[in-house]
Amino acid sequence: MIGDTPASSPAPLTAPMPVFAVEGHGLVKTFGSFRAVDGVDIAVPTGAIYGILGPNGAGKTTLLRTLLGIVDPDAGERRLLGASQPLRMARQVGYLPEERGLYPSMKAFEAIAFMGALRGLPLAEGRRRAKALLEDHGMGAAIAKPIRQLSKGMAQTVQLFGTIVHEPRLIVLDEPFSGLDAINQEKLEALIREQARRGVTILFSTHVIAHAERLCERVAIIAGGRIRFDGTVSAARDRLQPQVRLRTRATDGAWRRALPPDTMAQEGAWHFALPAEGIEPLLRALIDDRAGIESLSIERPGLHDAFVAIAGEAVARQMREEAGKEARA
Amino acid sequence: MRALWRAAFVIARRDFTAVVLSRTFILFLLGPLLPIVIGFAFGGLGERISRSDLRPVVGVALAPAETAAMLRAQRGLTERMGADALPRLQRTPLTPDPRAQLADPDSQVVAIISGSLTRPVLTGKPEDLDRLQGDVSLLATAALAERTLRFVPVERQEVAKSLGAQAQAQLLIGRAAQVVIFFLTILLAGMILSNLVEEKTNKIIEILATAVPIDAIFLGKLMAMLAMSLVGIAFWGGTALAIFLAAGGQPAALPAPAVGWPIFLALALAYFTMAYTLLGSLFLGIGAQAATVREVQTLNMPITMGQMLIFFFASYAVDHMGSPAEIAACIFPFSSPFAMIARAGQEAAVWPHLLALLWQAAFVALIIRVGVLLFRRHVMQSGGRWWKQLFRPATG
Repeated sequence: MIGDTPASSPAPLTAPMPVFAVEGHGLVKTFGSFRAVDGVDIAVPTGAIYGILGPNGAGKTTLLRTLLGIVDPDAGERRLLGASQPLRMARQVGYLPEERGLYPSMKAFEAIAFMGALRGLPLAEGRRRAKALLEDHGMGAAIAKPIRQLSKGMAQTVQLFGTIVHEPRLIVLDEPFSGLDAINQEKLEALIREQARRGVTILFSTHVIAHAERLCERVAIIAGGRIRFDGTVSAARDRLQPQVRLRTRATDGAWRRALPPDTMAQEGAWHFALPAEGIEPLLRALIDDRAGIESLSIERPGLHDAFVAIAGEAVARQMREEAGKEARA
Repeated sequence: MRALWRAAFVIARRDFTAVVLSRTFILFLLGPLLPIVIGFAFGGLGERISRSDLRPVVGVALAPAETAAMLRAQRGLTERMGADALPRLQRTPLTPDPRAQLADPDSQVVAIISGSLTRPVLTGKPEDLDRLQGDVSLLATAALAERTLRFVPVERQEVAKSLGAQAQAQLLIGRAAQVVIFFLTILLAGMILSNLVEEKTNKIIEILATAVPIDAIFLGKLMAMLAMSLVGIAFWGGTALAIFLAAGGQPAALPAPAVGWPIFLALALAYFTMAYTLLGSLFLGIGAQAATVREVQTLNMPITMGQMLIFFFASYAVDHMGSPAEIAACIFPFSSPFAMIARAGQEAAVWPHLLALLWQAAFVALIIRVGVLLFRRHVMQSGGRWWKQLFRPATG
């Protein structure tokens, strides 16, 4: 049972931060007969960059919307910055939805200030910060331009600034890299890191594993509305054994008996998972047999390999296809 | 509660400035003045037309002395009854027969009186005979009694106040205020129907919904549109007053409503606000369920018909003060502002208005709440059974 917060007025900005910025227990959300979120438990530590990884339709957006209070869960409990009514913490939360939305006739700095004002930032201060944000990020020329005159990438950046203008303690980004070119993706990654350095908790969803791998300390892998893995990126990668890549001068000999049974030969090299007893017995066999070692590398598996192992090859393929389609677009 | 109002104000400020600072707002302000300009233009034309004599012309084919008596009687009666009261008369020859004269393409009369004053015969088409028969009879009677007919002088006794006239004037004031408030409401509140479509099509609703309670979104939108309407009303009212004063109108000469002009004007403003927010909150709730502008347009007709019914109900009540129908119109929230402003014209008591305003405000809050819960349920696909959450705090 998650404890309740009695008052209905916004929580004070000076309130101490809980251990977990976001918590959900046994969350269920169905739309008709479709179970979009199916008994999800999630806990995002305060100050972490936390990624929710999964293909389209896995339930990422519905989970975020449920945690933020846009939709109420059919079952389960949630807490956002310690409050069971997420809207009470609105002033301390910044949210960038998957489907971007801005008033087309609003000027860029007004749009940012308006989003800040919605979350309690005085309009004059919001305008000042909006102009500073745009100038600091090389968008000074766009300050007074209506949104409809901005490129898609610029409009997305404006919306992102609107998400952070009130200096929230928690930033929730739903597919933030979607629709951005490589340069803007890099800028966004830098911005996320900058916010994290300030102690802001970042929770974002993505279907691009590379972003999660580069940014996140912790990830949740979601598929079919269920969390398949929740932990550090390192723990996800540790689920797979390191991969050994061995190239020898000799192609045959008694030393081959020391290779593990799942060894595959690819492009003139031997590939196999690091055995539980280590690489030493094989090395000894190679030396004794004078097989000659041309190269030997032990590689830790990437998050992608871990994802395949956790969510399954079909889900991983779906995500690769989605990422490919997006890149082509 | 304070947070709710603060959030509503942020939404209202955005919507208000977006509308008022747009170029189309000038058209919005000038639009209602167009009928007035056209009215003036056509009014002048109408006046010119009415100045030219459109009374039917009746030919008189009597003996010369009787014809002269008829013409004198017509002049005498017209002086007292007004120029438009009786048909014009024109001498016509005794021959040929009236039927033949009327068949002549050059004939300029619609009917002909022949025979004698004691037994006049009126010849013409049946519909002309129907409307002229009485007038001709009156003229012939006056012509016959020419020598004995004397108009009795009437002594004038002046009073400062006539309660009957005052009651009639107050009824008229109440009715006029009712019509003005109704038309302003129907013209202005309809715009609210499509108010949330922009947020839904631009996907802004999700940002708003995570930042503020949906109640605040609804309330803010209503406040913005009301403020915009009040700007319009101030502009149109100011223009109308300027025209009235420029035309030599004397505000002090107008009859006073029962509660007096200052209170009446304040109540008119309050009842417009209530009528607007009552219908506006209903429109907002209905419009919020619509996914597209087309759906909103489809909803327009049945809603307008509903408004008309309410107005007919309220205007029926004006003439039946104190009747069960009038009391029902005052209580039924949607007709209450219209019925109550008519009451303010005719009855001096102020306290019923305070009660009515509170009652109407409570209904506005209720309608907004139902609209919000239906919106959460059907558009945001969230929340359980809406009636179970009706009286919970609006914290999302």
